[in-house]
Amino acid sequence: MDDISFTVDKGDFLGIIGPNGAGKTTLFQCMLGIINDFRGEINLFGSEIRQNKKTLQRVGYVPQKKSVEQTFPATVKEIVSLGMIGKKINKEAIYNAIKFVELDAYGDKRIGELSEGQQQRVIIAKALVKDPDLLILDEPTTGIDSATQEKFYDLLKKLNKDKRITIVWSSHDMNAVERLANKVACIDRKLFFHGESGDFFGNDERMKSYVEFAMQSHMNLHFRTPDDGNNNLEKS
Amino acid sequence: MLFDIIQYGFMQRALISAIAISIICSIVGLFLVLKRHSLFGDALAHVTFGGIALGLFIGVYPLWTAYIVAILSAVGVNKLRESTKIPPDSSIAVLLTSGLAIGIILINISGGFTVNLFSILFGNILLVSNDDVIIILITDAIVIPVIYLFYKKLILITFDEKQAIVSGLNVTWINTLFIILASITIIASIRLVGVLLISSLIVIPNITALMLGKGFKKTIFISCAISIISVVFGIVISYYLDLAPSGTMVLIMISIFLVTIIAKNMKFTLNKVLVTKN
Repeated sequence: MDDISFTVDKGDFLGIIGPNGAGKTTLFQCMLGIINDFRGEINLFGSEIRQNKKTLQRVGYVPQKKSVEQTFPATVKEIVSLGMIGKKINKEAIYNAIKFVELDAYGDKRIGELSEGQQQRVIIAKALVKDPDLLILDEPTTGIDSATQEKFYDLLKKLNKDKRITIVWSSHDMNAVERLANKVACIDRKLFFHGESGDFFGNDERMKSYVEFAMQSHMNLHFRTPDDGNNNLEKS
Repeated sequence: MLFDIIQYGFMQRALISAIAISIICSIVGLFLVLKRHSLFGDALAHVTFGGIALGLFIGVYPLWTAYIVAILSAVGVNKLRESTKIPPDSSIAVLLTSGLAIGIILINISGGFTVNLFSILFGNILLVSNDDVIIILITDAIVIPVIYLFYKKLILITFDEKQAIVSGLNVTWINTLFIILASITIIASIRLVGVLLISSLIVIPNITALMLGKGFKKTIFISCAISIISVVFGIVISYYLDLAPSGTMVLIMISIFLVTIIAKNMKFTLNKVLVTKN
């Protein structure tokens, strides 16, 4: 990845779109301090992420959906309480987070016994329990049925509007991004566009050239020599 | 029956050691099983065998060389797993075979040792000394509080390492600490079931408990209970029937595991029948 630079303002609902292999997950992993080997800088709440990982305490993270094994013994309450590591356990906050994602009837169930959509809501509750200022979601609805997806989108909207949580969310669902996000970033190893959602989705010419850009990037990737394969990422 | 044999000093030492070992093996084992490192205990035990052989070969108290070799190997293999693309099961296989190979070579060039290799390979809890009991209790006194302190962090790392990093945890450091705890647990446990059966203590009570427990704490308690019942009855039955204690304990664990599977399947079938009738 190269030449990626954008800012996220407080209260933004930023949708990040890009084809498979565009680098969305890599970008998030750099933003979250999981990948540290990159050039440039990523400032989170005013501090460079690699210099000050304490700022991650203000971030909730929902990774790409992975199914939890049915035998994993932790209950929903136990998983949500893991979001409070480093803080004093607050049972009421745990209950409220579970209630917010409408899983209060499942608190004592094993997470592995829930459906995939419900498991993803547990992970959101875990992210919410620490009262984050920023929520980062990496394609959270991939593989989830459309009815559950809609419920999930309503939840994100509620978090952004009611709780004023800044959301950065990657998705393949362009319609959902158009409906929910106030800002959009289109990436495909480079940043093609970052700005108001309406400026992108309301501009047919821009959308057409994005498709061409994405196709061109993929052609370049397929014909790239191994020496060109540097893994640079710049963001400010 | 139990009250008769408990009068003997060797039996008291055996029961105290066995209960103490079964508790820490269940606790450490649950995390190993959930991380899909079930055979890590087996591999560490084989490395410990190499460490014991090294100690005997160079004339140092074998337990100390066993601790050093096992901890260094465990940390080394963990680093190997993290820094390369070698699958976890393959790195465990490397650890297992290298430990055994070193042990065999050392035994071979020294022309055999005077110690009973049979008890290292298969364990003999009835032969534990007072010093052994003290070492086992000290191991418990280290492992249980440290796991308690890092309990939530270990669950999160087991659940999802990336989420643990985002939560600000030093995952590499905590994993290394856990591997060291696992190493000292395995070394303490060799007295009970020996190098060849060690993974039974790590795996069987935990996979049985995973079928029954709801919640992490409950699963740990059930696993400890299964393990304690198995080792206590294993020792008593083996004493009266003149059987090998380690094999008897493991067979009791396997019996509990099989009974649990059958009971779970019967419950499932019964529920299905009731639903169909209604």
